[in-house]
Amino acid sequence: MAETLIAPTPVNAVSTASSLIEIENVSLYYGATKALKNISVKLEEKLVTAFIGPSGCGKSTLLRCLNRMNDLIDNVRIEGSMKIGGHDIYAADVDVIELRKRVGMVFQKSNPFPKSIYENVAYGLRLHGVKAKSELDARIEESLRNSALWEEVKDRLHSSALGLSGGQQQRLCIARAIAIKPEIILMDEPASALDPIATARVEDLILDLKKEFTIVIVTHNMQQAARISDQTAFFYLGELIEFGATGKIFTNPAQKRTEDYVSGRFG
Amino acid sequence: MNTLTPSEYLPENTSDTTRLTRNFRAEKFDFWSFFFSGLTGLATLFILGILATILLNIIVNGWGAISWHFVSTIPKKDFFDANTTGVLPMIVGTSFRVIVMTIFVIPVGVITAIYLTEYASHTSILTRIIRAAVNNLAGVPSIVFGLFGLGFFINFIGKNMDDLLHHPNAVWGQPALIWASLTLAVMTLPVVIVATEESLKAIPPGLREASLALGATKLETILKIVLPQALPGIMTGGILAVSRAAGEVAPILFTGVAYYMASLPAHLSDQFMDLGYHIFVLSTQSPNIEQTRPILYATVLVLLMLTFALNIVAILIRARVRKKLRALG
Repeated sequence: MAETLIAPTPVNAVSTASSLIEIENVSLYYGATKALKNISVKLEEKLVTAFIGPSGCGKSTLLRCLNRMNDLIDNVRIEGSMKIGGHDIYAADVDVIELRKRVGMVFQKSNPFPKSIYENVAYGLRLHGVKAKSELDARIEESLRNSALWEEVKDRLHSSALGLSGGQQQRLCIARAIAIKPEIILMDEPASALDPIATARVEDLILDLKKEFTIVIVTHNMQQAARISDQTAFFYLGELIEFGATGKIFTNPAQKRTEDYVSGRFG
Repeated sequence: MNTLTPSEYLPENTSDTTRLTRNFRAEKFDFWSFFFSGLTGLATLFILGILATILLNIIVNGWGAISWHFVSTIPKKDFFDANTTGVLPMIVGTSFRVIVMTIFVIPVGVITAIYLTEYASHTSILTRIIRAAVNNLAGVPSIVFGLFGLGFFINFIGKNMDDLLHHPNAVWGQPALIWASLTLAVMTLPVVIVATEESLKAIPPGLREASLALGATKLETILKIVLPQALPGIMTGGILAVSRAAGEVAPILFTGVAYYMASLPAHLSDQFMDLGYHIFVLSTQSPNIEQTRPILYATVLVLLMLTFALNIVAILIRARVRKKLRALG
């Protein structure tokens, strides 16, 4: 088990100062089951990091640790340290609300609120104290433009979000997440329920959002990871097997298991 | 000759051969299917027949005695006389107790259901005890609720209120509208809790997660996302509770209903007359059965119509809420 991890080699970041996300020796238990085993990884600012691995390997679990969504599950215990911007997010005095404001999330199944398109985006803004109509309007338009949805919905902002197509709903969820200006966006298989065209639009969007946000994405789609991510982490059975630049992981992985997985021999 | 006949190339088992050549036509009449579809249909017809018989009987016999005078008159003490009697105090009393009950049972039931589904750990002993208690509460006979109301609300809470407020005579420590309503609220609590729980469970967990991930607190998520969605289900619980409570007599027997009152109930500490109890009185206490029969039927009809009316109002409101939820939110 003493396999040494390949040192992260981010593509365009200087890996000297502290990274934006520092995960150090993190283990997570569901009751007595150890779902994450001593994970250590550092993620840099304004890069897209893909978490890949077969189902049940712990990649979503690790993602959900980063905005403490696992707090909602009974019997979860986390060991190790997880820092964002140098602050331990599991420290006793951490305001989870503030953390989640700074670390947004997009889910696998698009989950717009059964409200109007406008109200979906306004929800988070109102939670965080934006009240003036003019400011709400401006921020909502900005978010919808940045999520490449504005042109499609500008004439029906006040009709139900549930009337949108699956891909539009997912982009609305992204608009909702970026409206409150997080620093990091976590995406849990955001395109797994979408058709290829809608998937392509979401992928374009992710590449666009990279300019402003740090993105961590869980995906089952190897091509997608290869297309959109700068760094890739491969997980297997709760362990981080390999982490490095996406090009290297896909073309010249150091580990046999990584190679088997990315080449489709198992998983 | 190289051509084979079927008997040569098919297996020897002749029934297989016939099955292959049979052309999908039913071989024999399927008696059991016919029997069971007939049986279920008959059972349904039987139920409809009973319902129709009851309703028709009541409408045919009761309609003639219903008049504006009948529903708008406060009767004299001798309310068995078909020409002078009326049921206004009973209509007011029954409506009043059902409305007061709803005001109490909905918040308590909804809050309990929110605790059970949103806050409590689903595996904890406490949750299991609460759930078992709720289920058992639903199985308690209504007369037992009546005795509970007498012992707890009147003799314990009411008497102590009188002591604390220094009332020389019993004001709260006696049967009253409020105690009858509270007793009914306790009785219908399981209905509201179960209906609310079901509607809360039906809300996709993804909506809660989405709200929390945007930095909402649990309370904000419940108030702004979960409860608006659960509203139609909560109202269904309310409708069921109203239907159950409107016709109940046993729980109010010791806790607030009066045989006769000369005026309408005006205060929560007043006693009241009630349609269900009045039906009991008319059918057991009348000195002249023949003379009382039409007003008995009419009173039953009034009770039915009142229950329907309360239900229809609630159903209409629920339909509006649903439409609004579907359109926007």
